[in-house]
Amino acid sequence: MKTVILKYNSGNVRSVSFALERIGINAIVTDNEEEILSADKVILPGVGEASGAMMYLKEKKMDDLIRALNQPVLGICLGMQLFCRFSEEGNINCLGIFDQDVKLFSPGELKVPQIGWNTINELSTDLFKNVKENAYQYLVHSYYVELGANTIAQTNYGINYSTAIQKNNFYGVQFHPEKSGLIGQTILENFIKL
Amino acid sequence: MLAKRIIPCLDIKNGRTVKGINFEGLRDAGDPVELAVSYAQQGADELVFLDINATNENRKTLTELVTRIAKQINIPFTVGGGINSIEDVSILLNAGADKVSINSAAIKEPTLLKKLTKQFGSQCIVLAIDTKFENDAWFVYLNGGRIKTNLRTPDWAKQAAELGVGEILLTSMNNDGTKKGFANTITQQISELVNIPVIASGGAGKIEHFRDAFNIGKADAVLAAGVFHFKEIEIQELKKYLKENKIEVRI
Repeated sequence: MKTVILKYNSGNVRSVSFALERIGINAIVTDNEEEILSADKVILPGVGEASGAMMYLKEKKMDDLIRALNQPVLGICLGMQLFCRFSEEGNINCLGIFDQDVKLFSPGELKVPQIGWNTINELSTDLFKNVKENAYQYLVHSYYVELGANTIAQTNYGINYSTAIQKNNFYGVQFHPEKSGLIGQTILENFIKL
Repeated sequence: MLAKRIIPCLDIKNGRTVKGINFEGLRDAGDPVELAVSYAQQGADELVFLDINATNENRKTLTELVTRIAKQINIPFTVGGGINSIEDVSILLNAGADKVSINSAAIKEPTLLKKLTKQFGSQCIVLAIDTKFENDAWFVYLNGGRIKTNLRTPDWAKQAAELGVGEILLTSMNNDGTKKGFANTITQQISELVNIPVIASGGAGKIEHFRDAFNIGKADAVLAAGVFHFKEIEIQELKKYLKENKIEVRI
Protein backbone atom coordinates (compact mmCIF):
# COMPACT_ATOMS: atom_id res chain seq x y z
CA MET A 1 0.00 0.00 0.00
CA LYS A 2 1.51 3.27 -1.12
CA THR A 3 -0.18 6.45 0.08
CA VAL A 4 0.88 9.81 -1.27
CA ILE A 5 0.07 13.22 0.17
CA LEU A 6 0.30 15.82 -2.57
CA LYS A 7 2.84 18.47 -1.73
CA TYR A 8 1.71 21.92 -2.72
CA ASN A 9 1.48 25.29 -1.02
CA SER A 10 -1.03 24.13 1.58
CA GLY A 11 -0.68 24.49 5.30
CA ASN A 12 -1.46 21.29 7.09
CA VAL A 13 0.40 18.57 5.23
CA ARG A 14 2.00 17.48 8.49
CA SER A 15 -1.31 17.11 10.35
CA VAL A 16 -2.53 14.70 7.70
CA SER A 17 0.74 12.82 7.67
CA PHE A 18 0.73 12.50 11.49
CA ALA A 19 -2.89 11.30 11.48
CA LEU A 20 -1.98 8.61 8.95
CA GLU A 21 0.99 7.58 11.11
CA ARG A 22 -1.44 7.06 13.98
CA ILE A 23 -3.27 4.44 11.89
CA GLY A 24 -0.02 2.82 10.80
CA ILE A 25 0.38 4.41 7.37
CA ASN A 26 3.66 6.03 6.41
CA ALA A 27 2.60 8.37 3.63
CA ILE A 28 4.98 9.94 1.17
CA VAL A 29 4.70 13.70 0.82
CA THR A 30 5.67 14.54 -2.75
CA ASP A 31 4.97 16.51 -5.90
CA ASN A 32 6.83 14.02 -8.07
CA GLU A 33 4.65 12.87 -10.96
CA GLU A 34 5.86 9.26 -11.05
CA GLU A 35 5.43 8.84 -7.32
CA ILE A 36 1.91 10.23 -7.51
CA LEU A 37 0.89 8.08 -10.50
CA SER A 38 2.18 4.91 -8.88
CA ALA A 39 0.40 5.50 -5.54
CA ASP A 40 -2.52 3.33 -4.39
CA LYS A 41 -4.12 6.28 -2.64
CA VAL A 42 -3.64 10.01 -3.09
CA ILE A 43 -4.60 12.70 -0.58
CA LEU A 44 -4.91 16.40 -1.39
CA PRO A 45 -4.88 18.18 1.96
CA GLY A 46 -5.96 21.75 2.21
CA VAL A 47 -5.60 24.75 4.38
CA GLY A 48 -5.16 28.01 2.60
CA GLU A 49 -6.69 30.13 -0.07
CA ALA A 50 -8.27 28.77 -3.27
CA SER A 51 -6.98 31.06 -6.01
CA GLY A 52 -3.39 30.90 -4.74
CA ALA A 53 -3.54 27.13 -4.43
CA MET A 54 -5.09 26.72 -7.88
CA MET A 55 -2.48 28.94 -9.52
CA TYR A 56 0.25 26.93 -7.83
CA LEU A 57 -1.21 23.65 -9.10
CA LYS A 58 -1.42 25.03 -12.64
CA GLU A 59 2.07 26.43 -12.53
CA LYS A 60 3.42 23.04 -11.48
CA LYS A 61 1.22 21.31 -14.12
CA MET A 62 -0.39 19.35 -11.31
CA ASP A 63 -3.94 20.24 -12.40
CA ASP A 64 -4.01 17.86 -15.38
CA LEU A 65 -2.18 15.25 -13.34
CA ILE A 66 -4.82 15.28 -10.59
CA ARG A 67 -7.72 15.12 -13.09
CA ALA A 68 -6.15 12.07 -14.72
CA LEU A 69 -5.73 10.03 -11.55
CA ASN A 70 -7.51 6.65 -11.48
CA GLN A 71 -6.79 5.52 -7.94
CA PRO A 72 -8.93 6.70 -4.97
CA VAL A 73 -8.18 10.39 -4.30
CA LEU A 74 -9.26 12.23 -1.15
CA GLY A 75 -9.47 16.02 -1.05
CA ILE A 76 -9.71 17.56 2.40
CA CYS A 77 -11.27 21.00 3.02
CA LEU A 78 -9.67 23.29 0.43
CA GLY A 79 -8.57 20.10 -1.34
CA MET A 80 -12.22 19.18 -1.82
CA GLN A 81 -13.11 22.69 -2.93
CA LEU A 82 -10.37 22.59 -5.57
CA PHE A 83 -12.09 19.52 -7.08
CA CYS A 84 -15.10 21.71 -7.88
CA ARG A 85 -15.90 23.82 -10.95
CA PHE A 86 -15.45 27.33 -9.62
CA SER A 87 -14.69 29.02 -6.29
CA GLU A 88 -15.87 32.39 -5.09
CA GLU A 89 -12.69 32.56 -3.02
CA GLY A 90 -10.60 34.64 -5.41
CA ASN A 91 -13.16 33.92 -8.19
CA ILE A 92 -11.19 31.17 -9.83
CA ASN A 93 -11.92 28.19 -12.04
CA CYS A 94 -10.91 25.05 -10.19
CA LEU A 95 -10.24 21.48 -11.34
CA GLY A 96 -13.80 20.88 -12.53
CA ILE A 97 -13.98 17.24 -11.46
CA PHE A 98 -17.31 18.01 -9.78
CA ASP A 99 -19.74 20.38 -11.46
CA GLN A 100 -20.66 22.11 -8.20
CA ASP A 101 -19.49 25.60 -7.27
CA VAL A 102 -17.87 26.80 -4.06
CA LYS A 103 -19.65 29.71 -2.41
CA LEU A 104 -19.06 32.07 0.49
CA PHE A 105 -21.31 31.59 3.52
CA SER A 106 -23.51 34.68 3.45
CA PRO A 107 -22.84 36.64 6.61
CA GLY A 108 -25.97 37.06 8.63
CA GLU A 109 -26.68 35.77 12.08
CA LEU A 110 -24.11 33.03 11.65
CA LYS A 111 -20.45 33.65 12.11
CA VAL A 112 -18.00 33.23 9.27
CA PRO A 113 -15.74 31.24 9.29
CA GLN A 114 -17.63 28.34 10.75
CA ILE A 115 -15.20 26.98 13.33
CA GLY A 116 -15.77 23.90 15.42
CA TRP A 117 -17.49 20.54 15.59
CA ASN A 118 -20.65 20.00 13.59
CA THR A 119 -22.63 16.89 12.70
CA ILE A 120 -22.50 15.02 9.41
CA ASN A 121 -25.70 13.45 8.08
CA GLU A 122 -27.22 11.42 5.21
CA LEU A 123 -24.01 9.43 5.00
CA SER A 124 -23.40 7.16 2.04
CA THR A 125 -20.57 5.15 0.46
CA ASP A 126 -17.94 3.02 2.22
CA LEU A 127 -16.06 6.18 3.23
CA PHE A 128 -18.51 6.34 6.13
CA LYS A 129 -18.55 2.65 7.01
CA ASN A 130 -19.05 2.25 10.79
CA VAL A 131 -19.69 5.98 11.16
CA LYS A 132 -23.05 6.84 12.71
CA GLU A 133 -25.42 9.52 11.47
CA ASN A 134 -24.96 12.82 13.32
CA ALA A 135 -21.33 12.07 14.15
CA TYR A 136 -19.33 15.20 14.95
CA GLN A 137 -16.43 16.29 12.75
CA TYR A 138 -14.19 19.34 13.00
CA LEU A 139 -14.74 22.08 10.44
CA VAL A 140 -13.12 25.39 9.78
CA HIS A 141 -14.18 27.16 6.61
CA SER A 142 -15.82 30.24 5.12
CA TYR A 143 -16.70 28.70 1.75
CA TYR A 144 -18.97 25.72 1.09
CA VAL A 145 -20.10 23.37 -1.65
CA GLU A 146 -23.82 23.24 -2.39
CA LEU A 147 -25.83 20.05 -2.26
CA GLY A 148 -25.88 18.08 -5.50
CA ALA A 149 -26.02 14.67 -7.10
CA ASN A 150 -22.52 13.89 -5.81
CA THR A 151 -23.27 14.69 -2.16
CA ILE A 152 -22.42 11.77 0.14
CA ALA A 153 -22.75 13.64 3.45
CA GLN A 154 -24.29 16.92 4.48
CA THR A 155 -23.99 19.39 7.34
CA ASN A 156 -26.22 22.25 8.42
CA TYR A 157 -24.86 25.72 9.02
CA GLY A 158 -27.73 28.04 8.28
CA ILE A 159 -28.25 25.93 5.17
CA ASN A 160 -27.64 22.28 4.34
CA TYR A 161 -24.48 21.93 2.29
CA SER A 162 -22.19 19.17 1.02
CA THR A 163 -19.79 18.17 3.73
CA ALA A 164 -18.62 15.26 1.56
CA ILE A 165 -18.85 14.57 -2.18
CA GLN A 166 -17.90 11.64 -4.39
CA LYS A 167 -17.60 11.01 -8.11
CA ASN A 168 -15.95 7.85 -9.43
CA ASN A 169 -12.57 7.62 -7.67
CA PHE A 170 -12.67 11.19 -6.29
CA TYR A 171 -13.77 11.81 -2.70
CA GLY A 172 -13.88 15.19 -1.03
CA VAL A 173 -14.57 16.06 2.61
CA GLN A 174 -15.09 19.57 3.93
CA PHE A 175 -14.32 18.53 7.51
CA HIS A 176 -10.88 17.60 8.82
CA PRO A 177 -10.81 13.85 9.59
CA GLU A 178 -7.16 14.26 10.62
CA LYS A 179 -8.31 16.51 13.49
CA SER A 180 -11.63 14.88 14.33
CA GLY A 181 -10.83 12.34 17.02
CA LEU A 182 -11.53 8.65 16.67
CA ILE A 183 -14.39 9.06 14.18
CA GLY A 184 -12.14 11.07 11.89
CA GLN A 185 -9.59 8.30 12.23
CA THR A 186 -12.21 5.74 11.14
CA ILE A 187 -12.98 7.81 8.04
CA LEU A 188 -9.29 7.96 7.12
CA GLU A 189 -9.01 4.19 7.64
CA ASN A 190 -12.07 3.69 5.43
CA PHE A 191 -10.45 5.74 2.68
CA ILE A 192 -7.25 3.74 2.89
CA LYS A 193 -9.31 0.52 2.55
CA LEU A 194 -11.26 1.71 -0.53
CA MET B 1 -25.76 22.02 14.55
CA LEU B 2 -22.42 23.61 15.30
CA ALA B 3 -21.39 22.69 18.86
CA LYS B 4 -20.12 25.12 21.48
CA ARG B 5 -16.49 24.35 22.29
CA ILE B 6 -14.72 23.65 25.57
CA ILE B 7 -11.02 24.52 25.41
CA PRO B 8 -8.50 23.70 28.16
CA CYS B 9 -5.46 25.98 28.16
CA LEU B 10 -1.96 24.88 29.11
CA ASP B 11 0.74 27.37 30.07
CA ILE B 12 4.15 26.32 28.83
CA LYS B 13 7.61 27.28 30.03
CA ASN B 14 10.73 25.65 28.59
CA GLY B 15 8.63 22.85 27.14
CA ARG B 16 6.90 21.98 30.43
CA THR B 17 3.48 22.80 31.81
CA VAL B 18 3.68 25.43 34.54
CA LYS B 19 2.22 28.39 36.39
CA GLY B 20 -0.12 28.44 39.29
CA ILE B 21 -1.09 24.88 38.71
CA ASN B 22 -1.13 22.36 41.50
CA PHE B 23 -0.23 19.08 39.92
CA GLU B 24 -1.00 16.95 42.95
CA GLY B 25 -2.70 13.81 41.84
CA LEU B 26 -1.39 13.96 38.28
CA ARG B 27 1.02 11.25 37.37
CA ASP B 28 3.44 13.28 35.29
CA ALA B 29 3.59 16.78 36.65
CA GLY B 30 5.01 18.66 33.75
CA ASP B 31 4.66 16.98 30.37
CA PRO B 32 2.22 19.01 28.26
CA VAL B 33 1.84 16.20 25.75
CA GLU B 34 0.56 13.77 28.36
CA LEU B 35 -1.92 16.34 29.67
CA ALA B 36 -3.00 17.18 26.14
CA VAL B 37 -3.70 13.56 25.27
CA SER B 38 -5.66 13.15 28.47
CA TYR B 39 -7.79 16.24 27.73
CA ALA B 40 -8.44 15.05 24.19
CA GLN B 41 -9.62 11.69 25.52
CA GLN B 42 -11.87 13.40 28.07
CA GLY B 43 -13.69 15.25 25.31
CA ALA B 44 -11.94 18.61 25.02
CA ASP B 45 -12.86 20.16 21.66
CA GLU B 46 -9.58 22.01 21.15
CA LEU B 47 -6.50 22.92 23.15
CA VAL B 48 -4.53 26.11 23.57
CA PHE B 49 -0.84 26.17 24.52
CA LEU B 50 0.55 29.49 25.71
CA ASP B 51 4.30 29.93 25.86
CA ILE B 52 4.67 32.21 28.86
CA ASN B 53 8.43 32.49 28.56
CA ALA B 54 8.72 33.17 24.86
CA THR B 55 12.26 34.08 23.89
CA ASN B 56 14.31 33.32 20.81
CA GLU B 57 16.26 30.63 22.67
CA ASN B 58 13.08 28.95 23.81
CA ARG B 59 11.45 29.07 20.41
CA LYS B 60 13.21 25.90 19.31
CA THR B 61 12.01 24.03 22.40
CA LEU B 62 8.47 25.20 21.73
CA THR B 63 8.65 24.14 18.09
CA GLU B 64 9.79 20.67 19.05
CA LEU B 65 7.01 20.47 21.60
CA VAL B 66 4.44 21.49 18.98
CA THR B 67 5.55 18.62 16.76
CA ARG B 68 5.33 16.15 19.65
CA ILE B 69 1.80 17.38 20.40
CA ALA B 70 0.76 17.22 16.74
CA LYS B 71 1.95 13.62 16.49
CA GLN B 72 -0.03 12.57 19.54
CA ILE B 73 -3.35 14.38 19.61
CA ASN B 74 -6.22 14.08 17.17
CA ILE B 75 -8.01 17.38 17.90
CA PRO B 76 -7.06 20.90 16.81
CA PHE B 77 -4.73 23.06 18.88
CA THR B 78 -3.60 26.68 19.00
CA VAL B 79 -0.17 27.92 20.02
CA GLY B 80 0.45 31.42 21.36
CA GLY B 81 3.00 33.53 23.21
CA GLY B 82 5.51 35.99 21.84
CA ILE B 83 4.63 35.44 18.19
CA ASN B 84 5.53 38.55 16.25
CA SER B 85 6.42 37.74 12.66
CA ILE B 86 5.37 35.84 9.57
CA GLU B 87 8.37 33.61 10.13
CA ASP B 88 7.28 32.71 13.69
CA VAL B 89 3.86 31.73 12.41
CA SER B 90 5.25 29.77 9.49
CA ILE B 91 7.55 27.75 11.76
CA LEU B 92 4.80 26.87 14.23
CA LEU B 93 2.26 25.93 11.56
CA ASN B 94 4.86 23.81 9.78
CA ALA B 95 5.67 22.14 13.09
CA GLY B 96 2.04 20.98 13.24
CA ALA B 97 0.05 23.70 15.05
CA ASP B 98 -3.43 24.24 13.60
CA LYS B 99 -3.71 27.87 14.67
CA VAL B 100 -1.58 30.53 16.27
CA SER B 101 -2.70 33.30 18.58
CA ILE B 102 -1.24 36.78 18.27
CA ASN B 103 -1.45 39.41 20.99
CA SER B 104 1.06 42.23 21.66
CA ALA B 105 2.69 42.15 18.23
CA ALA B 106 -0.65 42.88 16.57
CA ILE B 107 -1.30 45.87 18.81
CA LYS B 108 2.10 47.29 17.98
CA GLU B 109 1.65 46.61 14.26
CA PRO B 110 -1.98 45.94 13.28
CA THR B 111 -1.06 45.39 9.60
CA LEU B 112 0.71 42.20 10.73
CA LEU B 113 -2.75 40.66 11.08
CA LYS B 114 -3.57 41.46 7.49
CA LYS B 115 -0.28 40.00 6.28
CA LEU B 116 -0.76 36.85 8.32
CA THR B 117 -4.36 36.21 7.31
CA LYS B 118 -3.51 36.79 3.66
CA GLN B 119 -0.61 34.37 3.75
CA PHE B 120 -2.00 31.63 5.99
CA GLY B 121 -5.77 32.15 5.85
CA SER B 122 -8.11 33.66 8.45
CA GLN B 123 -8.91 30.27 9.92
CA CYS B 124 -5.52 29.83 11.57
CA ILE B 125 -5.01 33.32 12.98
CA VAL B 126 -6.51 33.94 16.43
CA LEU B 127 -6.31 37.38 18.00
CA ALA B 128 -5.83 37.20 21.77
CA ILE B 129 -7.02 40.27 23.68
CA ASP B 130 -6.22 40.84 27.35
CA THR B 131 -8.76 43.34 28.59
CA LYS B 132 -9.45 45.21 31.83
CA PHE B 133 -12.43 47.28 32.94
CA GLU B 134 -11.32 50.64 34.30
CA ASN B 135 -13.08 54.00 34.60
CA ASP B 136 -16.24 52.74 32.90
CA ALA B 137 -14.53 51.23 29.88
CA TRP B 138 -12.75 48.09 28.74
CA PHE B 139 -9.13 48.71 27.71
CA VAL B 140 -6.64 46.50 25.87
CA TYR B 141 -3.45 45.49 27.68
CA LEU B 142 -0.06 44.52 26.26
CA ASN B 143 2.70 42.12 27.28
CA GLY B 144 0.68 39.60 29.24
CA GLY B 145 -1.37 42.27 30.97
CA ARG B 146 1.56 44.34 32.16
CA ILE B 147 1.16 47.44 29.98
CA LYS B 148 -2.03 49.40 29.49
CA THR B 149 -2.92 50.85 26.11
CA ASN B 150 -5.46 53.51 25.25
CA LEU B 151 -7.22 51.12 22.89
CA ARG B 152 -10.84 50.35 23.73
CA THR B 153 -11.54 46.64 23.47
CA PRO B 154 -14.58 46.88 21.14
CA ASP B 155 -12.63 49.15 18.76
CA TRP B 156 -9.67 46.78 18.66
CA ALA B 157 -11.87 43.70 18.18
CA LYS B 158 -13.68 45.36 15.29
CA GLN B 159 -10.45 46.48 13.65
CA ALA B 160 -8.91 43.01 13.99
CA ALA B 161 -11.98 41.36 12.48
CA GLU B 162 -11.71 43.74 9.53
CA LEU B 163 -8.03 42.83 9.17
CA GLY B 164 -9.14 39.23 8.70
CA VAL B 165 -8.51 37.33 11.93
CA GLY B 166 -10.58 34.15 12.20
CA GLU B 167 -11.32 34.20 15.93
CA ILE B 168 -10.96 36.35 19.03
CA LEU B 169 -9.76 34.95 22.34
CA LEU B 170 -10.99 37.45 24.92
CA THR B 171 -9.48 37.28 28.41
CA SER B 172 -10.87 39.51 31.13
CA MET B 173 -8.10 40.45 33.56
CA ASN B 174 -10.73 41.49 36.09
CA ASN B 175 -12.15 37.97 36.12
CA ASP B 176 -9.06 35.85 35.51
CA GLY B 177 -8.22 33.71 38.51
CA THR B 178 -11.25 34.87 40.53
CA LYS B 179 -13.36 31.76 39.87
CA LYS B 180 -16.39 34.05 39.99
CA GLY B 181 -17.48 33.59 36.40
CA PHE B 182 -16.68 35.06 33.00
CA ALA B 183 -16.98 38.70 31.96
CA ASN B 184 -20.25 38.13 30.16
CA THR B 185 -21.07 41.76 29.42
CA ILE B 186 -17.96 42.50 27.37
CA THR B 187 -17.99 39.01 25.85
CA GLN B 188 -21.54 39.53 24.63
CA GLN B 189 -20.71 42.98 23.33
CA ILE B 190 -17.74 41.70 21.33
CA SER B 191 -19.55 38.59 20.14
CA GLU B 192 -22.39 40.67 18.74
CA LEU B 193 -20.06 43.32 17.33
CA VAL B 194 -17.92 41.03 15.17
CA ASN B 195 -19.01 38.27 12.81
CA ILE B 196 -16.26 35.85 13.85
CA PRO B 197 -16.22 33.36 16.74
CA VAL B 198 -15.36 34.68 20.21
CA ILE B 199 -13.70 32.54 22.89
CA ALA B 200 -14.46 33.63 26.46
CA SER B 201 -11.59 33.32 28.93
CA GLY B 202 -10.93 34.16 32.58
CA GLY B 203 -13.02 33.44 35.62
CA ALA B 204 -14.20 29.84 35.37
CA GLY B 205 -15.01 28.39 38.78
CA LYS B 206 -18.25 26.42 38.49
CA ILE B 207 -20.06 24.63 35.71
CA GLU B 208 -22.80 27.25 35.80
CA HIS B 209 -20.22 29.84 34.70
CA PHE B 210 -19.77 28.00 31.41
CA ARG B 211 -23.52 27.94 30.84
CA ASP B 212 -23.68 31.69 31.46
CA ALA B 213 -20.73 32.41 29.16
CA PHE B 214 -22.65 30.70 26.35
CA ASN B 215 -26.17 31.92 27.17
CA ILE B 216 -25.45 35.43 28.43
CA GLY B 217 -21.97 36.11 27.02
CA LYS B 218 -22.93 34.62 23.62
CA ALA B 219 -19.50 32.99 23.48
CA ASP B 220 -18.79 30.45 20.76
CA ALA B 221 -16.21 28.68 22.90
CA VAL B 222 -14.98 28.85 26.47
CA LEU B 223 -11.40 28.53 27.62
CA ALA B 224 -10.28 27.57 31.12
CA ALA B 225 -7.14 26.28 32.80
CA GLY B 226 -7.13 25.91 36.58
CA VAL B 227 -10.51 24.23 37.00
CA PHE B 228 -9.45 21.51 34.56
CA HIS B 229 -5.87 21.11 35.82
CA PHE B 230 -7.04 20.90 39.45
CA LYS B 231 -9.77 18.46 38.36
CA GLU B 232 -12.37 20.69 39.96
CA ILE B 233 -14.43 20.33 36.81
CA GLU B 234 -14.42 17.21 34.66
CA ILE B 235 -14.98 17.92 30.97
CA GLN B 236 -17.44 15.08 30.49
CA GLU B 237 -19.60 16.16 33.44
CA LEU B 238 -19.46 19.75 32.26
CA LYS B 239 -20.65 18.78 28.79
CA LYS B 240 -23.43 16.62 30.21
CA TYR B 241 -24.60 19.59 32.30
CA LEU B 242 -24.49 21.95 29.31
CA LYS B 243 -26.44 19.50 27.18
CA GLU B 244 -29.10 19.24 29.90
CA ASN B 245 -29.26 23.02 29.73
CA LYS B 246 -29.97 22.85 25.99
CA ILE B 247 -26.54 24.02 24.93
CA GLU B 248 -25.24 22.13 21.90
CA VAL B 249 -22.03 20.30 22.79
CA ARG B 250 -20.13 17.38 21.33
CA ILE B 251 -20.45 14.35 23.59
